[in-house]
Amino acid sequence: MAFAAFATTTAQADPAPRRRSPVALLLLLPGILYLVLFFLTPLVSLLITSFQAPAEFGDIGQYTYAFNWQNYVDVVTDYWPHIVRSFAFALAATVLALLFSYPLAYFIGVTARRWPLLQSLMLVLVIAPFFISFLLRTLAWKQLLSDESFVVTSLKAVSLLAPDAHLTGTPIAVIFGLTYNFIPFMTLPLYTTLERLDLRYLEAASDLYAHPFDVFRKVTIPLSMPGIVAGTLLTFIPAAGDYVNASRDFLGGPDSQMIGNVIEANFLVLLNYPAAAALSIILMSVILVIVGIYVKRAGTEELL
Amino acid sequence: MKISLGKWLLPLYSALALLFLMVPIAYTFVFSFNDSLKSNITWRGFTFDKWLNVCAVQNGAVCEAFGNSLVIGSVATVLATVMGTMIAIAIVRYRFRFRSATSLLLFLPMATPEVVLGAGLAAQFLSLGVAKDMTTIILAHTMFCISFVVVTVKARVASLDPALEEAGRDLYGSSAQVFLRVTLPLLVPGILAAALLSFALSFDDFIITNFNSGAVTTFPKYIYISAARGIPAEANVIASAVFIFALVVVVTAQVSSAARAKRLAKEA
Repeated sequence: MAFAAFATTTAQADPAPRRRSPVALLLLLPGILYLVLFFLTPLVSLLITSFQAPAEFGDIGQYTYAFNWQNYVDVVTDYWPHIVRSFAFALAATVLALLFSYPLAYFIGVTARRWPLLQSLMLVLVIAPFFISFLLRTLAWKQLLSDESFVVTSLKAVSLLAPDAHLTGTPIAVIFGLTYNFIPFMTLPLYTTLERLDLRYLEAASDLYAHPFDVFRKVTIPLSMPGIVAGTLLTFIPAAGDYVNASRDFLGGPDSQMIGNVIEANFLVLLNYPAAAALSIILMSVILVIVGIYVKRAGTEELL
Repeated sequence: MKISLGKWLLPLYSALALLFLMVPIAYTFVFSFNDSLKSNITWRGFTFDKWLNVCAVQNGAVCEAFGNSLVIGSVATVLATVMGTMIAIAIVRYRFRFRSATSLLLFLPMATPEVVLGAGLAAQFLSLGVAKDMTTIILAHTMFCISFVVVTVKARVASLDPALEEAGRDLYGSSAQVFLRVTLPLLVPGILAAALLSFALSFDDFIITNFNSGAVTTFPKYIYISAARGIPAEANVIASAVFIFALVVVVTAQVSSAARAKRLAKEA
């Protein structure tokens, strides 16, 4: 839903010089305090919870403060396939979404520049999936990929799918669902950078007898890097933590459960809060490392 | 032949790609007219019934969930838009210490998977002994909307022409007057966009809600719970109606901003 975050800022006026004033503190205080209370401290709670041990004579779901490192060892031993799967699925979905979105974003941002109306119509269509419930969209795919569906029967007719095979409940369906659901997050940032691409650079490269393929590889791609970075992050992060697509009632099956499914089950069903917290901390740490690498390249101010 | 194929390949691909994006939307819309019984999986004939009697099913459970989502979305949007707009103005207009720490604090919620945000807040409510209800959902939604508001409004503040505010001051406007009668009206489009984005984010959120809702059902949570035993067509009706409404809002905004750009171009 981050489309507005990538709205093009047209005609940047000279910014007013930044002043130092106590007003700044008043403006910042409520929001920052709110984020400290409801974003930062929850992360600390999560960290504390992840080290808790079961209460000695307590019921299920009762834990005491401890420094129980074992929780981390346990969740990694129990759930390493889910952890690996989450990042593999997210990576696959990100690559697929990039391949799907780049030509589309190029057409909207570069080719369609001469027709602003077409451009805005196409952009509306790109964000249109956001207007209909995420869960219903995914359920629609579940029906469209079910065993009796047109897709599956035709794939079987041309022997691309074994007669007794299914699509729903498999990793393929989950990766497909993740890709579909996060395509707009990839297309919009790509569009924003491609829209601002100065075509004279491409002309210059062709004038210097570069092959169209080399122009694309050595000029277009590097110039659209900010969009690629933003799009990949916006797709990879939510995809790695998603558990709707992989849920058994949606596109997933027993062999396609992701880390999010395990966190949900441990927290809300099994009431094993320390395990859920430890898994969340692991997920968050891996993502922070990935984001850190990107931030080092782009800088937070630019990403924000 | 080869040239014309190359020329048509990209537009053709783009049209097919957009068509692909529309497939589940069309499916959901079509099945809102299905004369279904309990679950809405096989096509049993066309009817307007579900559109006319949306709340009739399951004693109005769908409508109750929808109503909750509207209330939560509205309150969270107001809270997040106010706090986010204030931060955006401070970031663009003022110098202050801990600037990069502030940026990081605003960026991190967007870079954190929802399941971590949801589980974190739930762990905090659990350790404080707070019962989960509508309030905890609103608190959670406001949190993840703030950063998106800041990003959206920031762009608008940065593109403001400072000369307009200078003119206000030159005409002896007090800083409060300049802010209320010059700055704020100019920021309205950005603030509106941010509010719409917040509402949409809150309305469609499932993962964070699921961790912090207790017994309260929102529209997405209702769908998640019902997915196992089948979604009634009434849910498709509500989703389709929301879709059409959102589409109308966005297209109107696009058309009016295009018209304004044209008018400005003419005047200049």
